[in-house]
Amino acid sequence: MEFILNDSIIKTDKPGGMTLLDFIRYDNHLTGTKIGCREGDCGACTVLIGELKEGKVSYKSMTSCITPLINVKGKHVVTIEGLNMKELSPVQQAFVETGGTQCGFCTAGFIVSLSGYCMSEKEPRYEDGISAIDGNICRCTGYKSIERATDMIVERLAQKDVNDPVSWLVNEQFIPEYFIDIPNKLEAIKMASQPTNGHEEGLPKVGGGTDLYVQRPDDLITGSVNGFYDLPALKNITITTNKCLLGAGVTVSDLMKSKEFNSLFPSLQKHLKLVSSTQIRNMGTIAGNFVNASPIGDLTIFFLALDSTLHLRETGGEIRKVKLRDFYKGYKEITLKANELVEGVEFNLPDDSTYFNFEKVSKRTYLDIASVNAAICITLTADGCVETIHASAGGVGPTPLYLSKTSSYLKGKSLTPDHVRSAVEMLREDTSPISDVRGSREYKILLLRQLFFAHFIELFPEKFEIEMLV
Amino acid sequence: MKNIDSKGHVRGESIYLDDIPMRVGTLYGDIYDAPCAHGKIKSVDYSEAEQFPGVVKILTHQDVSGENQIGGIFPDEPLFAEDEIHFWGMPIALIIAETEYIARQARKLIKIDIEKLPAIVDPKEAKAKGSLIFPPRTFKLGDVEAAWEGCDYVFEGSADSGGQEHLYIETQGAYAYLMENGNVRIASSTQGPTAVQRTVAKVLGVPMHKVEVDVTRLGGGFGGKEDQATAWGVMAALATTALKRPVKIALHRMDDMRMTGKRHPYRSDFKIGLNKDLKITAYEVTFYQNAGAAADLSPAVMERTLFHATNSYYIPNVTATAYSCRTHLPPNTAFRGFGGPQGMFVMESAIAKAARELGVEPHEIQQRNLLKDGDEFPYGQIVDHAEALSTWENAVDKFKLQSLRQEVDDFNSHNKHLKKGIAMQPVCFGISFTNTPMNNARALVHIYSDGSVGVSTGAVEMGQGVNTKMLQVAASTFSIDPAKVKLETTNTTRVANTSPSAASSTADLNGKALQIACDKLLERLKETAAKVLKSEVTYILLQDDQVYCEGKPTELSWEQLVQAAFLDRVCLTENGHYATPVIHFDKAKEKGHPFAYHVYGTAILVVTVDCIRGTYVFDAVKLVHDFGKSMNEHIDLGQIEGGLVQGIGWMTMEDLQYNDEGKLLSNALSTYKVPDIYSVPKEIIVEALETEGHEMAILKSKAVGEPPLMYGLGAYFAIQDAIRAYNPDYQMKFDAPFTPEKVLNGLYEKSNVSVPGV
Repeated sequence: MEFILNDSIIKTDKPGGMTLLDFIRYDNHLTGTKIGCREGDCGACTVLIGELKEGKVSYKSMTSCITPLINVKGKHVVTIEGLNMKELSPVQQAFVETGGTQCGFCTAGFIVSLSGYCMSEKEPRYEDGISAIDGNICRCTGYKSIERATDMIVERLAQKDVNDPVSWLVNEQFIPEYFIDIPNKLEAIKMASQPTNGHEEGLPKVGGGTDLYVQRPDDLITGSVNGFYDLPALKNITITTNKCLLGAGVTVSDLMKSKEFNSLFPSLQKHLKLVSSTQIRNMGTIAGNFVNASPIGDLTIFFLALDSTLHLRETGGEIRKVKLRDFYKGYKEITLKANELVEGVEFNLPDDSTYFNFEKVSKRTYLDIASVNAAICITLTADGCVETIHASAGGVGPTPLYLSKTSSYLKGKSLTPDHVRSAVEMLREDTSPISDVRGSREYKILLLRQLFFAHFIELFPEKFEIEMLV
Repeated sequence: MKNIDSKGHVRGESIYLDDIPMRVGTLYGDIYDAPCAHGKIKSVDYSEAEQFPGVVKILTHQDVSGENQIGGIFPDEPLFAEDEIHFWGMPIALIIAETEYIARQARKLIKIDIEKLPAIVDPKEAKAKGSLIFPPRTFKLGDVEAAWEGCDYVFEGSADSGGQEHLYIETQGAYAYLMENGNVRIASSTQGPTAVQRTVAKVLGVPMHKVEVDVTRLGGGFGGKEDQATAWGVMAALATTALKRPVKIALHRMDDMRMTGKRHPYRSDFKIGLNKDLKITAYEVTFYQNAGAAADLSPAVMERTLFHATNSYYIPNVTATAYSCRTHLPPNTAFRGFGGPQGMFVMESAIAKAARELGVEPHEIQQRNLLKDGDEFPYGQIVDHAEALSTWENAVDKFKLQSLRQEVDDFNSHNKHLKKGIAMQPVCFGISFTNTPMNNARALVHIYSDGSVGVSTGAVEMGQGVNTKMLQVAASTFSIDPAKVKLETTNTTRVANTSPSAASSTADLNGKALQIACDKLLERLKETAAKVLKSEVTYILLQDDQVYCEGKPTELSWEQLVQAAFLDRVCLTENGHYATPVIHFDKAKEKGHPFAYHVYGTAILVVTVDCIRGTYVFDAVKLVHDFGKSMNEHIDLGQIEGGLVQGIGWMTMEDLQYNDEGKLLSNALSTYKVPDIYSVPKEIIVEALETEGHEMAILKSKAVGEPPLMYGLGAYFAIQDAIRAYNPDYQMKFDAPFTPEKVLNGLYEKSNVSVPGV
């Protein structure tokens, strides 16, 4: 396979399952990219992955420790070494100025993430700068100096030409000159790097890899894998008059960036920001979340409340449609045949009478796995009764749960505190939480009740306050 | 001056252990560790692992040529388990293979037969069973028993605090290779190079001079690499000696978390007596330290808990007793604050409890009992240069405590789902190793003939900026451009018999030693200058790279002076040795003057609790800190902010969980959460208290590493304040960390009424 690593073209026959991190550090001796956790949770190994689209390269930050090599085929990989110039860049300079680096071990990851942010085609905003480093953990500084550095950087970006950020950044010496030539170089290796992935039977199937490389890296890193991440057919977000169809390879970031998808869910940014970190959202696919079958998969809970339907297909066969709520048979057990693939997910479009909410509580609000997460989608009749309702919850059973008893109890009822309180009784029948590292059984029961209340308080603030419910 | 290492850091060019270029033939080590917390090893079958292609050798206790012993204070910790297993994650063998991957695969092939024994994870249970690391100690002041009678109020309770994973982002590791004549050189990620050297010598059965330990820098330490870096250095050295090939060990994160000790969890019981004027007149406290399976640094940590049992308060009658309880957790170890925070948490809990019972604000009690000059600490040292009241009053004035309180109350009366809480947190922390003999350091300075300077000390750079501070000391003593000074690695062949970089004392001890060395060199250079200029030493001054004579600049530059001295055969190398004066401590009496000085400060913390979800956000932490005269405000501010956030983390989300069998459940970054950028206080304001500084601090700049961590204690009490605003029925509990789970339970607990839905 071929790709570009910083300013060099790489041709390698290393196994596609190898992690990008090991390839960078040990095969290429670029040691600025650090190993902190090998599970995408610290950001010390962050690199930028640039992909050629319509003559332009768009860069995303990713944690190289859980990125399979095959996923960078035909792309531009940028490590800290690829950002270094003779003088410090303004991003680097800002960290020196503010004391944003102490032991220094996490620093390169921060610099890479923020440099990636600088390449964005959006108007610079401090909040977005911070968002770009939400997957980078620093144990020394307490982040305040890093916030000050980010502020300095965003200020410098005020003059940025958002239509051609790369040229502007090269001129301002944010990034080295070689970036200018990258689109041409990527174009040149395009033929050699057509996606051949997704077609090799019998190999482990890998999408973004964000969970597989955490759960069982040793099974993957020495061999070839069947990568689906870059199949163009699985990347589409299609919205018709009454349905939305998402390709299996759509990432959380793709959803967050899609104007159309945002228009369907006014609080989308708030909801999906609770899902992992920027780096992981850039990698993690929706189908990966479904087939991973974690009982607390955030996206699964989200799409369960939309009463979504999965599109499954055997190689060369017809599409088989399965309701997401029927997909889970038991703990980590799904109805997917050996050579069957999730191709996408569809759901009915919300309309003006639709109320959707997603809630999640974890020990740390961001970049954490939920203790309990919950979603709800309600449509109301003209007189304000519940016409349809789909509620879901994670962390309270062996699978992501569709709360069928609770949902059917509320269907047809008026929106009153009494009805919501009574619905909470039904939650007990729908769920079977156990105690684990994310919380005791009793806590999860209480928390689910609270999140269920939160749905109504968030969606109908004029009707509900917490005092009425507890 | 900015941190001199930051340029390398932001370019990713600083060299950490795993970045050292590999020598040809390097092998990799992976540790096979105990799969249960307590048991007798009946047999271990290595045969399949040994035959795995690429495995070179598996080393066990039988391969130890010297003593199979790494205990630093007490010899109670084998390097490799022999017959018994004492904690989950205890090293049993070292697999050496051609690659790290192979070693890890081979590890899965090892089979072990263990007769499992019951595990103790609770320190109170250990104490009840007589399982102690060493006998308990008691610090006494006045007469507590007699004092109770005179108290207007007496309250009792208990307070527990959880452990804390260091989570240095660079995991533990070492890289060893042979030199001539069987000498071994070890690059180690350690805060204590001498500890590694000494222990390697003991385990290999060779004299210390055959072992060289070199440390460039650490990717974070926080105490976790003070004693616990040693085992990996020893293993790498043992393997390299046995196999005559370089051997590297760099732990995987989950291995590191499972095998290494952490901040000690404590359980404690307290009894506090007050008078009507809210003066605390008596305080009795018993600490049960969860030491884990071996002593490690527990005796010293426990001692500091006793030293700081009364935090910033003067209490005339105190009895503080501590038990170091042997359990079946990994040996717990140093962590920023070193037992101090655990002791202070109980003191603050006792005050919070008393305040609640008396219907007053905790800060009313706190304020009335702050230390003043002339007061006596329970360990006999007399308070001087006290800044408890001054930092408190400055904080109250500068940050307008009364209006902050009013804002919080107003917010609470206008908001139903969100409630704010506020807490004051004073801190008093003693500076010096409590083990008096450790308070000494050395520095070695070379002035090269071109005028450039090389500095070696015993200080290890781990992010605290000690390299920068050492450079400032040398550059300012010589009055030369800092660019002329280079900080060398910390190496046992250049600076020997060092104390670890710990106890916030690294800059003080090594800086003073460096100052002594530089002063001696300066004196010699002045003599040369006097000779060259045909003047007298007393008229010579070196300033800004130039020689001054009788107050006027001369033609002689620093470089020319050095060159002249070199040609005149003047020795341009000097060694400095510093031992902290004044300090002493008599362990038989538990009295003395153990600290060179104390660091003070006061913080105000404000939190907002989401009363639907049980989550919280810290709005602001505003504090006044006693830096002395900071020699580097930039670096010191970073220490305050970082320490504070680490302390808040310990009190809130950092939830170290073991099951009843002693297995670590929060064993990865996915299950053990440290603060991220969104969870830190939205605003942190740090004001420096104006003082003259302290003579015993380097350049009058007080130690700054550990004290700020304890501002984080206030996080617990601020959350408690917010919960009370929502739920008047909330019964105060002292059981850190205050996870969202505990917050939600607190918000909804009702006396004798079960919560609907539960």
